[in-house]
Amino acid sequence: MRRREFIKVSTLVGSGAVVSPALMLGGCTSSPLPGTGVVTKTPTICDMCFWKCAGDVYKEDGELWKITGNKDDLHSGGRLCTRGTGGPGAYLDPDRLQKPLMRVTVDGRQTFQEVSWNEALQFIATKMQGIADVHGPERMALLHHGAGGHHFLHLLRAFGSDSHAEPAFAQCRGPRDVGFRLTFGEAASSPERTDMANARCIVLLGSHIGENLHNGQVQTLTEAINKNAMLITVDPRFSVPAGKSQHWLPIRPGTDIALLLGWMNVLIEEDLYDKDYVDRYTIGFEQLAKHVRQYTPEWVFLETGIRPDVIRETAREMAKAAPATVVHPGRHASWYGDDTQRSRAIAMLNALLGSWNRKGGFYIPEKVDLPHYPLPDYPKPKFKTGDAYPDKWPFASQGVTNGVIEASVGDDAFFKGWMVYGTNLPQTIPGVAAKLRAAADSLDLVVVVDTMPSEVTGYADVILPECTYLERYDDIRNSGERHPSLALRMPAFEPKYESKPGWWIAKQLGERLGLQEYFPWDDYADKLDWELQQVGSSLEEMQKIGVKNFPRKRPLYFRDGQPARFYTPSRRIELYSQQLADKGFDPMPVFTPPEPVPSGYYRLNYGRMPAHTFGKTINNPLLFQLAPENQLWVNPLVANKHTLESGDYVRLASREGAVSGRIRVRVTERIGPDSVFMAHGFGHKSKRLRLAAGAGADDSELMTNIKIDPIMGGTGMRGNFVTFIKQSSTGSKS
Amino acid sequence: MTRFVMVIDTRICIGCGDCVVACKTENKVPDGLNRDWIVEATRGTYPDLKTEFRSERCNHCSNATCVTLCPTGASHHWNDSNIVLVEPEKCTGCKACIAACPYDARLVMHPDGYVDKCTFCHHRVARGLDPACVSSCPTGCMHFGSLDDPHSEVNHLLKTRDYKVLKPETGNDPNVYYLI
Amino acid sequence: MSEELLVTARDNALIDPSLHIWTWEVAMYLFMGGLTAGIMFFAALMTVRDKEHIAPFAATRLALLAPIALSIGMTTLFLDLEHKLFVYRFYTSFQITSPMSWGAWILIVVYPISVLQILSTFRSGYSVFASFVDKLKPARLLMDWCERNRVTIAYAVIPFAVALGIYTGILLSAFGARPFWNSGVLGLLFLVSGLSTAAALVVLIARQKTEKELFTGLDFVLILSEIALIGLVIISLASGSGQHIDALQIIMGGPYTFQFWVMFFCIGLVIPMLLEILEMAGISKSLAMLAPVLVLVGGYALRQVVLDAGQESTWTHYETQYSPELLQRLPGKD
Ligand SMILES: Nc1nc2c(c(=O)[nH]1)N[C@H]1C(S)=C(S)[C@@H](COP(=O)(O)OP(=O)(O)OC[C@H]3O[C@@H](n4cnc5c(=O)[nH]c(N)nc54)[C@H](O)[C@@H]3O)O[C@H]1N2
Ligand SMILES: Nc1nc2c(c(=O)[nH]1)N[C@H]1C(S)=C(S)[C@@H](COP(=O)(O)OP(=O)(O)OC[C@H]3O[C@@H](n4cnc5c(=O)[nH]c(N)nc54)[C@H](O)[C@@H]3O)O[C@H]1N2
Ligand code: SF4
Ligand code: SF4
Ligand code: SF4
Ligand code: SF4
Ligand code: SF4
Ligand SMILES: [Mo]
Repeated sequence: MRRREFIKVSTLVGSGAVVSPALMLGGCTSSPLPGTGVVTKTPTICDMCFWKCAGDVYKEDGELWKITGNKDDLHSGGRLCTRGTGGPGAYLDPDRLQKPLMRVTVDGRQTFQEVSWNEALQFIATKMQGIADVHGPERMALLHHGAGGHHFLHLLRAFGSDSHAEPAFAQCRGPRDVGFRLTFGEAASSPERTDMANARCIVLLGSHIGENLHNGQVQTLTEAINKNAMLITVDPRFSVPAGKSQHWLPIRPGTDIALLLGWMNVLIEEDLYDKDYVDRYTIGFEQLAKHVRQYTPEWVFLETGIRPDVIRETAREMAKAAPATVVHPGRHASWYGDDTQRSRAIAMLNALLGSWNRKGGFYIPEKVDLPHYPLPDYPKPKFKTGDAYPDKWPFASQGVTNGVIEASVGDDAFFKGWMVYGTNLPQTIPGVAAKLRAAADSLDLVVVVDTMPSEVTGYADVILPECTYLERYDDIRNSGERHPSLALRMPAFEPKYESKPGWWIAKQLGERLGLQEYFPWDDYADKLDWELQQVGSSLEEMQKIGVKNFPRKRPLYFRDGQPARFYTPSRRIELYSQQLADKGFDPMPVFTPPEPVPSGYYRLNYGRMPAHTFGKTINNPLLFQLAPENQLWVNPLVANKHTLESGDYVRLASREGAVSGRIRVRVTERIGPDSVFMAHGFGHKSKRLRLAAGAGADDSELMTNIKIDPIMGGTGMRGNFVTFIKQSSTGSKS
Repeated sequence: MTRFVMVIDTRICIGCGDCVVACKTENKVPDGLNRDWIVEATRGTYPDLKTEFRSERCNHCSNATCVTLCPTGASHHWNDSNIVLVEPEKCTGCKACIAACPYDARLVMHPDGYVDKCTFCHHRVARGLDPACVSSCPTGCMHFGSLDDPHSEVNHLLKTRDYKVLKPETGNDPNVYYLI
Repeated sequence: MSEELLVTARDNALIDPSLHIWTWEVAMYLFMGGLTAGIMFFAALMTVRDKEHIAPFAATRLALLAPIALSIGMTTLFLDLEHKLFVYRFYTSFQITSPMSWGAWILIVVYPISVLQILSTFRSGYSVFASFVDKLKPARLLMDWCERNRVTIAYAVIPFAVALGIYTGILLSAFGARPFWNSGVLGLLFLVSGLSTAAALVVLIARQKTEKELFTGLDFVLILSEIALIGLVIISLASGSGQHIDALQIIMGGPYTFQFWVMFFCIGLVIPMLLEILEMAGISKSLAMLAPVLVLVGGYALRQVVLDAGQESTWTHYETQYSPELLQRLPGKD
């Protein structure tokens, strides 16, 4: 409702006298109407996923009421997504970790025992010091995900180790970022710098925005649809955006590179590419033109199942709208093991369309120049993370989780200790169970910092309960956006139970390791206040407004014909990659057909469902009751063949013999007959997750055929084949 | 009768369920219960398909059978509008209204035991705010307003777009519109 | 293929997966209401038609059972209420559009009428008890008055009895939201069934042969009419909208097929009717008590199956993609 309507409506509604709404309205229940008590508001940054939307936490009469988006925030546009709105469930979850726990042996059986913070911290500090003394501090690695991980990265760096890895690289956007960096010298960043709101044509390759609820992506895609932009979705499954697209290309799984090469073929053969842009900024066009000549739409059709006329038509649509065309880089990109090349093909297609740093294509993100709190320099580590797995994955620009895990197995393993923060490794790293057990056997120390008794806590020597994002300060959010902006996360509540904020845990450990000079603040608020003061704000101001936007200093897009230098060796957009060639990789993407589906098996496809973030929200009571289990999507033809019906439960067996938990069948046309699909994150095994335990199946444990990307170490997860094990309806043994 | 309507764009709705969670937190709806819900309707055969998502709730019917059949007047139209509410002080818990709703939009609110349903967030509407579900929807596909105001956004949408209501054959004259 | 799926889980008590707001309590209430109507109707009819000599039980003693049956029904209805304390709220207003409100008020009127009806034949039917009542002067005067106006009262009772009987059906058929109930014939069907159960009750209790024969004959006719009315209900559903046709499936292959056709139709109608034929033809006497018992059982079965099938019938047909059991894990649930 708009403001103007409000006035009108309220005169219609009001019965004259000014009565407080509570008295006037009556209502459905005997309880008072919401919002009639004492209401307070505290700014936060949502931590239900990694998009980092800014919002406000409302309390009514001291109780958590609701969380809503901050209107000034570009990440959220004032509206949180399903999971963000469900944030109260994270705080209220009765299964949260409450006290530090330590592994002890009682009567020959290992178990966890509650210990004091002091005991837990002292134990960890002693062990870490021992590892540093015997092997060197670099042998202590951090596996982390999420904003709070920064406190522990800081701790480890102060300690002398820069060994760290996050699943956001090798299990997620690593291939994309490396592919884009190899091409443009820059990554697609987070939030993705796609200018969808202004695009006239959007091409989604797999990215299932709508199920993938990254808020800004959803909102800008919506804006484009509202403006009748051309939407082309390439997905073997009838995804949510496929249903909104003018063109849905139900591609044969694993053949995206063929299609991308085919599109480039059409653009070049039909002279539809942006010549000026290509001349001005790129290198290697001649080689590319020659390279893609072989990939005609007719040839592509045979590989992808997409008709030649559709390939031509969609390529022309892209060209027509260019440069306001976004060929979306996607985000989770570790699919089939050739993913850096696939991402490169996407980047190159965008280059041909001239959409990089152009309006309606990709914008140039800008951050606030926020000085860091003055601290002593870190000691210089003797080893980098990559030294743990030398000669592997030359373009891995960050730590590779799977590399770190492998380098932790055995007595002579590189790593001797782990700190795990905010990542549930057993579900997150595909098919990792055996290696994780082996690593846990070998390591001298495993510390897990988590809010929940997730599966990963089962591998820990010490479990440290962090409080949730609603109960703590973290670093100021300063991510590249259309406008530079800062956002504050601050506690809306005292930490529940004996949980503590990450910054406090890191500082306590730092002090016990003699690193107090790296932790000079009493309260993290002091640090944040200092930083904010440097840019003309203050903690006090931010506590009121939550988000502060700053003016841009640089233009949002390239001006027409402006000269530009890119952060590549050639300073140009590299259509031909000498860097790759030098290391023995294809300088331009080459299509290799995916492994065919063995008979009797189906390709295991997976993705997101809007109600949840991976496995970490399944036990959230608010979101659990929205979606308590995942479903196995099965095409009706397949269902017929196996006499399956919607509502039946099955287990899945991978070709290599792994067996999943029980999962409910959904017979649907939205998936083709060669694959099955499930949302990732379910099938929790930890019994202490009382809502989530045993509900649905976990795709990770079926991933027994992992294709590692040789360029950067990404774990290709989509090459797995499964078949059904039917469950008798009563046989609910789980 | 003031006519408040909700207009939901199925071309935009992604079925994310944010509206359901927003309602739960705003209105403190107890565990397991919901005042709104999402329906996904898919027609066709792979790969020739159409999917529609609909966020559904009480339709605040102009001709509300729940009100007509309520024996005590507990179910009523609020303030001479089409917003249908239940007055707990009059309710007997006979559940006739639950059976009377062709949209299955009513529920018994445990542990209070009262009949509960979507209120169109009249507590917000009275303050000039959109209902909680509308203001949370990340796609902005939900719109709320008065049909009596010729300049309202909802009026404009209904004039310029094709729309439908659910099961008009019920004769209930529902007030949640779906743009198609 | 066409899928219509609830993609957010919900556990709206009493609605999911299908409506189940009313159980045996309401079925019993509807049954007792119908029986009460039948009792009052036949008691009055025998008076009006001056059949005391042929049917002395029905004419003089039957009426006493009306408030008893009605009270049993009212008790079970009360048991169904979510807020038992607030039953009085039915009488804080009269809602002209709500059959339930009508019903509440009809019941209020039926009780005193029923008392007048009882008193009008009390001395002849229950002489021993009547002598006690006679000791109280106002009661005696009232009883005198009633006896004097016996026939007038009987005439007055008939429309109320019919209204009560029909109301139990209209109560359900007014629910347009439940296509299975939504048939104009339901009121008549419930009335006839109510009469039939009352006739069966007379057969069961009456001692005099002429009376048993009379009511067996009456019941036979009523059962025949009931079968005809069921035919009409089915035809009206079958010729209705999609929702009505779907609703009909519930008893034509759907979940309540057995209950409807075996429990109610065969056991409650056809078998007793056959038994009554045998009896009227004088062929079998040994099973004489079975027919009325089955009719009574069938009368209840009719209310129960209609109640259940109606709640199963709906305008929305949403499958859910979640196992409802999982929601029972929520902290708020036990
Ligand atoms: N609700 C919710 N949203 C989230 C998250 C969450 O947990 N929950 N996680 C966030 C994170 S960290 C990430 S990385 C993103 C991931 O989200 P995206 O980057 O969108 O994930 P993808 O894996 O690219 O997309 C999955 C889609 O790829 C399709 N697909 C499978 N095989 C192929 C193929 O061979 N070719 C093509 N073209 N498509 C294929 C699948 O059918 C599915 O529709 O989501 C983010 N958003
Ligand atoms: N099979 C399969 N594997 C995948 C994916 C997939 O789709 N399928 N997706 C991949 C992608 S794209 C990504 S980004 C990764 C994500 O991988 P992860 O980030 O590991 O995601 P989760 O499994 O949700 O684990 C998050 C953990 O953090 C904990 N946690 C939540 N909040 C806090 C907090 O405030 N503090 C602390 N200390 N801990 C907290 C949770 O309890 C949980 O244990 O997974 C990757 N792995
Ligand atoms: S996208 Fe959703 S879950 Fe992620 S930060 Fe934003 S509101 Fe939170
Ligand atoms: S919040 Fe909006 S987009 Fe999401 S399901 Fe509800 S109406 Fe649809
Ligand atoms: S949708 Fe149902 S509950 Fe809502 S007003 Fe209409 S009949 Fe009543
Ligand atoms: S349950 Fe309450 S609101 Fe519903 S019909 Fe009965 S008295 Fe009316
Ligand atoms: S209008 Fe309010 S009460 Fe109704 S569904 Fe939306 S949030 Fe819930
Ligand atoms: Mo990710």
